[in-house]
Amino acid sequence: MCGAGQQTLELPPGTDLSRHTVLAGTVLIDPGPNDAGQTLGGAFVRLLDGTGEFTAEVVSSASGAFRFFAAPGDWTIRALHPLGTGETPLSAPGPGLFSVEVTVS
Amino acid sequence: MSREDVLVTPDWAEQNLDTDGVVFVEVDEDTTAYDAGHIPGAVKINWKTELQDPVIRDFVDRGAFEKLLSNKGISNEDTVVLYGGNNNWFAAYAYWYFKLYGHRDVRLLDGGRKKWELDGRPLSTEEVSRPATSYTAQEQDTSIRAFRQEALEAIGTQNLVDVRSPDEFSGKILAPAHLLQECAQRPGHIPTALNVPWSKAANEDGTFKSDADLRALYGAAGLDASRPTIAYCRIGERSSHTWFVLHELLELSEVKNYDGSWTEYGSLVGAPIELGTKG
Repeated sequence: MCGAGQQTLELPPGTDLSRHTVLAGTVLIDPGPNDAGQTLGGAFVRLLDGTGEFTAEVVSSASGAFRFFAAPGDWTIRALHPLGTGETPLSAPGPGLFSVEVTVS
Repeated sequence: MSREDVLVTPDWAEQNLDTDGVVFVEVDEDTTAYDAGHIPGAVKINWKTELQDPVIRDFVDRGAFEKLLSNKGISNEDTVVLYGGNNNWFAAYAYWYFKLYGHRDVRLLDGGRKKWELDGRPLSTEEVSRPATSYTAQEQDTSIRAFRQEALEAIGTQNLVDVRSPDEFSGKILAPAHLLQECAQRPGHIPTALNVPWSKAANEDGTFKSDADLRALYGAAGLDASRPTIAYCRIGERSSHTWFVLHELLELSEVKNYDGSWTEYGSLVGAPIELGTKG
């Protein structure tokens, strides 16, 4: 029972954003300079702490969504996919919902 | 024994998909990934519904394990190659479990599902059925399984390796926030335990680090290779990953996995608990 649940952007019931720090977002594929990115499901999304140390990993949903329950602090979200890798830093100064996009190229 | 006897590369696996006597088994607590696409020919084992007793907190007994493997079409002579999601956590747990019941030749697929998918290797949704066998298991080999009394007796006398995250170890949290919350009554760790999170033994693609890197990792953490070792986590699956590293890859003698782990230890009345990080 250690696996992460289904990944969606909807928060589970009982999530209290005055207490919880939720990092949520979408994995995109970089299509080139002129197009918007397409969402990318099935990416391995890794949450790394301020020192780059592994904290958690989930798989993005069919629509590219992922979320982590974390703590306030500086994080990096890194995505691995057969099409490439990408990462985005994210700072969460306190509780709340923090959104992020990670583009894989 | 060597790394090749316990761990197969994705290349080896792909070349041996149709080899007689090699059975691929995907192990997870959630088998929806298997159903959406699995290694061609692989059967699935559900960690929760097939390997755990439905009533008491323990494994299925020897007879039930024999029946399970017989129904899956796995024979005593087969080379069983295990893989799964979550960086092979549940596959490593199943590896330890197969060893516990005496399976002769069991191996892990290095990197599990993650590396296989990242490599873009084939997945299949075809239903797999194998002819039933009559599998014979051995009595449990408790030289690799630790119980709570042994965990207590190991304090200050053996290596205790706590493979949970630093925040679980220090007692700040009872369970990683993004996971299901199966909790002990009290946070903290077993006194004298070292904290070496399981993830430090793996590369980001899920493969194991080199033997030299692994030796350096546990050496720097203060593991005394001349003493017996007990690994634990919260429910015993992340510590199976570390048990595999210490016992199968680094070939340390007397390494046990404490599957009761923190959900048991942290609920024991009167058991000593330490809080905070190591000074």
